[in-house]
Amino acid sequence: MEALEIARWQFGIVTVYHFLMVPLTIGLGTLVAILQTRWLKTGKEEYLRMTKFWGKLFLINFIMGVATGIVQEFQFGMAWSEYSRFVGDVFGAPLAMEALLAFFVESTFLGLWIFGWKKLPAKVHLACLWIAVVGSIVSAYFILVANSWMQHPVGVEMIEGRPQMVDAWAVFTNNTAMVAFFHTITGALAVAGGFLLGISWYQLWRRRKDGIDTVDAQGRVVVGESAAIAGRDKKDHAVWIKSLRIGAVVAMIAFAGSAVSGDLSGKLMFEQQPMKMAAAEAACHDGTSFSVLSLGDVGSRDCSDVVAVMEVPGLLSFLAHNDFTTEIKGVNTLVPEYQEKYGKYLPDDPMYGDRAGQEINYVPIMPVTYWGFRMMIGFGGLAAMAAGIALLVTRKGTVPRSKPLMRLALVGMLAPFGANAAGWIFTEMGRQPFVVAPNPSMSGVDQVFMFTASAVSPGVSAGEVIFSLVTLTTVYAVLLVVEVVLLTKYIRGGVVSAMPELDTTRPDGGSGPGGEDEDDVLAFAY
Amino acid sequence: MDFLPTLWFILIAVLWIGYLFLEGFDLGVGMLMKTFARDEKERRVLLNTVGPVWDGNEVWLLTAAGATFAAFPFWYASLFSALYIPLVFVLLGLIFRAVAFEYRGKVHSNRWRKTWDWAIALGSFVAAFGIGAMLALTTTGLPLNANGDRVGGPFAWFTWYAVLGGLAVVGFALIHAAAFVALKTDGDIRHRARRLVGRWMPVGLLPLALWAITVAVQHGKWFSWILLAVAVGAAVAAWRANRADREGFSFLGMGVFLLAGAAAIFSAVYPVVLPSTLDPLWNLTVENASSSSYTLGLMSIVAAVGVPLVLAYQGWTYWVFRKRITVAHLPEPLDFGPAVAPEKALASEGTKA
Ligand code: HDD
Ligand code: HEM
Ligand code: HEM
Repeated sequence: MEALEIARWQFGIVTVYHFLMVPLTIGLGTLVAILQTRWLKTGKEEYLRMTKFWGKLFLINFIMGVATGIVQEFQFGMAWSEYSRFVGDVFGAPLAMEALLAFFVESTFLGLWIFGWKKLPAKVHLACLWIAVVGSIVSAYFILVANSWMQHPVGVEMIEGRPQMVDAWAVFTNNTAMVAFFHTITGALAVAGGFLLGISWYQLWRRRKDGIDTVDAQGRVVVGESAAIAGRDKKDHAVWIKSLRIGAVVAMIAFAGSAVSGDLSGKLMFEQQPMKMAAAEAACHDGTSFSVLSLGDVGSRDCSDVVAVMEVPGLLSFLAHNDFTTEIKGVNTLVPEYQEKYGKYLPDDPMYGDRAGQEINYVPIMPVTYWGFRMMIGFGGLAAMAAGIALLVTRKGTVPRSKPLMRLALVGMLAPFGANAAGWIFTEMGRQPFVVAPNPSMSGVDQVFMFTASAVSPGVSAGEVIFSLVTLTTVYAVLLVVEVVLLTKYIRGGVVSAMPELDTTRPDGGSGPGGEDEDDVLAFAY
Repeated sequence: MDFLPTLWFILIAVLWIGYLFLEGFDLGVGMLMKTFARDEKERRVLLNTVGPVWDGNEVWLLTAAGATFAAFPFWYASLFSALYIPLVFVLLGLIFRAVAFEYRGKVHSNRWRKTWDWAIALGSFVAAFGIGAMLALTTTGLPLNANGDRVGGPFAWFTWYAVLGGLAVVGFALIHAAAFVALKTDGDIRHRARRLVGRWMPVGLLPLALWAITVAVQHGKWFSWILLAVAVGAAVAAWRANRADREGFSFLGMGVFLLAGAAAIFSAVYPVVLPSTLDPLWNLTVENASSSSYTLGLMSIVAAVGVPLVLAYQGWTYWVFRKRITVAHLPEPLDFGPAVAPEKALASEGTKA
């Protein structure tokens, strides 16, 4: 394999990995901030407990987002130097702004929140969390501006073969970015909703299994208390049932939001990147139907044996255009159009290395785009449906004693993560062979483009990229195990794991030395 | 001389100095975890002196990298791709360090903590060394061709300058951290930290001074020599303040040493941002590596708003956590099992194993 292929694998792997942590950080951070606000407003202890417990899991996850984000910041220069040179004038700006205006805010105020319990006045302490959460949302905005510019390169003029920013407003209000931002935030909330739902289900099930909670003849919960197990008091039940219901509602609203924003996204994509739309459908011929399921080899690039098994007439047209009759161009129509605009062969330029002069394949890998698109919607939809069912099932105050159902709820937490990963893989691979994708039908940005084949660092050898790919994926795999083990430990520990003071059996009653007096320098310590 | 590229050269220098000043001490504290702290309590004291701030400090690095990308894409692209292998190590170091800070105290077991202690100490060392090497090489040059790509293979960057730069940042970080610990703790650890500064400062700061002298000799600009003299003066003042038990002044002196030393280096190489050792024609300079003046103008506005804000709220954080930490302040470490019925916990543990 050449440096290019390896670098692509590396980028895909480390970015999707980063994006396992990111949506949980954004979504869970928002929910924890809301919970702490509720606590300050109502003074109810269960909200304090929820803040502490979910806050703990949030931090365990957050740090992995930080650690993997650093790699992101460096790798454009390291592995994609030609890309960095080409787009630097316009792409670097949002990246630098993300660091200056978002990462500083996020990291500083989160530090204040973690170490500031009891030290800062309660309202200031809460404000710190809100500021950190807003920071993470602002960071999402800036990075999506950068990413969306690669999908829809507006606001530039080509000067000496390189795009130069001439209209910052256009770059920062790029319609693709606005929609992607909306879509990504709703996707993040879907992840957090599912997370609350699954874990709370397990905890409620645990209370039933240990015989603490029982149900009466009507199936209504009878909340109990256990003296033997630390933290299993009556408020504990309130913590989990409230978390579960909040999680389920958030998951459903978030899915509805993703559907709306995803639909908007689809309409832009149809306009800006028709090839991606066709590939999402594995549509070779022009048409209007959305295939729910196709058999045969969706990857065969001339589509000779694709058989649509289930089609919804008109839906594709609706997704792209809001009516049922507009024909959507298929791959067979688009390829000659692309060849005419962007050439049949890669230019004979040394920057393409061995690839110079090769025929360009304008069709993305269709099984990936086709199934990626369906997995995104499918996983998201399944999670939302499950959330609806969970709301129904738990309306009497607890969950069934069934162990398989509890397992399902835990495994179900993965679905929104899967939807997010599938969405990114689809978006990014559907853009190939371009790294900066031209928009053929848009006047102005149809000549701003860069082939992925010319984006990689020319001076970096395949061996170097293999080295980094192997070490990074190994380290990432190990750290994923560590993170999951830690999360599991804290989840099984319940609220006590985040509030040791609830454990009255501890020798010091759970509290550290000091108390509220002057000497209490550390409310929290590593 | 173009105004905006020069302004951005200065700004990036400021970001690097801010990074070295702030993360300097938390990298150093990381290294001291294995060499200086005597027991678990002391290690926790060390960690908690930087606990609330280390992540904010690290963002100075991300901002320096991001600002280089935005303002000098050619500098960013050439430097980062030429130093591919060492930067992989820097990344690994930073990853392990970050995760270790957060995860170390989350399981109550000696083996667990020991493992993460190594991650913090080695991660800090590797990151400090690698970043020092990178900064030294951007001032002394890399074998770059006309396109700005490294020639000569994955290790073509490996020179004495790289080693000198690496030692410069490691040495500075260690002394700076000791001065910081003396300022932020109390009791035995405070006194030992002060003694460490007194004894090792000349050795620790020497490589950075040598690097500055090398660059000043090569480029021979008179104001670099003046800045260098200021740096040495500040180091001497810091050393004397430390002897007089004035930890605040000693820490400040370290800061002035860094500021003047780095300014001597950056000003000496200006307007070159990354020399090519193959042909001076291929040097990257503030002019041929920079973004358009439109982009630089936009970024200037953003920086004018953003940088003072960052300084203000980071300053506030240091003020909030200004108290000295001692061994006695530490709460007991967390220790908890699963919140399930005990006999069932054992049973389910059994089926899991
Ligand atoms: C939609 C959101 C989103 C997307 C698409 C990305 N990130 Fe990210 N990133 C975040 C949202 C985020 C975040 C929520 O803000 C994180 C997660 C955990 C954290 O600390 O902040 C973060 C952390 C994070 C950090 C560490 C910040 C710190 O130390 O506090 C860096 C350097 C990056 N990211 C850089 C990138 C780059 C260069 C990306 C593109 C390839 C990228 N991220 C994709
Ligand atoms: C500013 C943000 C981003 C930039 C600049 C960017 C750029 C790139 C580049 C240069 C590649 C390698 C070339 C290629 O094969 O396409 C790539 C691939 C990829 N990226 Fe992105 N990307 C960004 C954000 C993301 C995010 C947030 C994700 C999702 C988590 C993502 C997922 C992927 C995937 C899955 C690939 C592999 C595609 C393939 O190799 O064909 N990207 N992207
Ligand atoms: C009916 C539901 C949905 C529709 C119609 C939809 C549609 C789309 C479309 C068209 C894109 C590609 C945008 C582009 O390349 O320009 C996209 C991307 C994406 N989708 Fe969805 N989506 C839906 C549900 C979801 C759900 C539930 C999630 C996650 C929980 C999700 C996560 C993502 C992500 C992370 C991306 C990549 C980032 C972006 O371009 O915004 N989607 N979606």
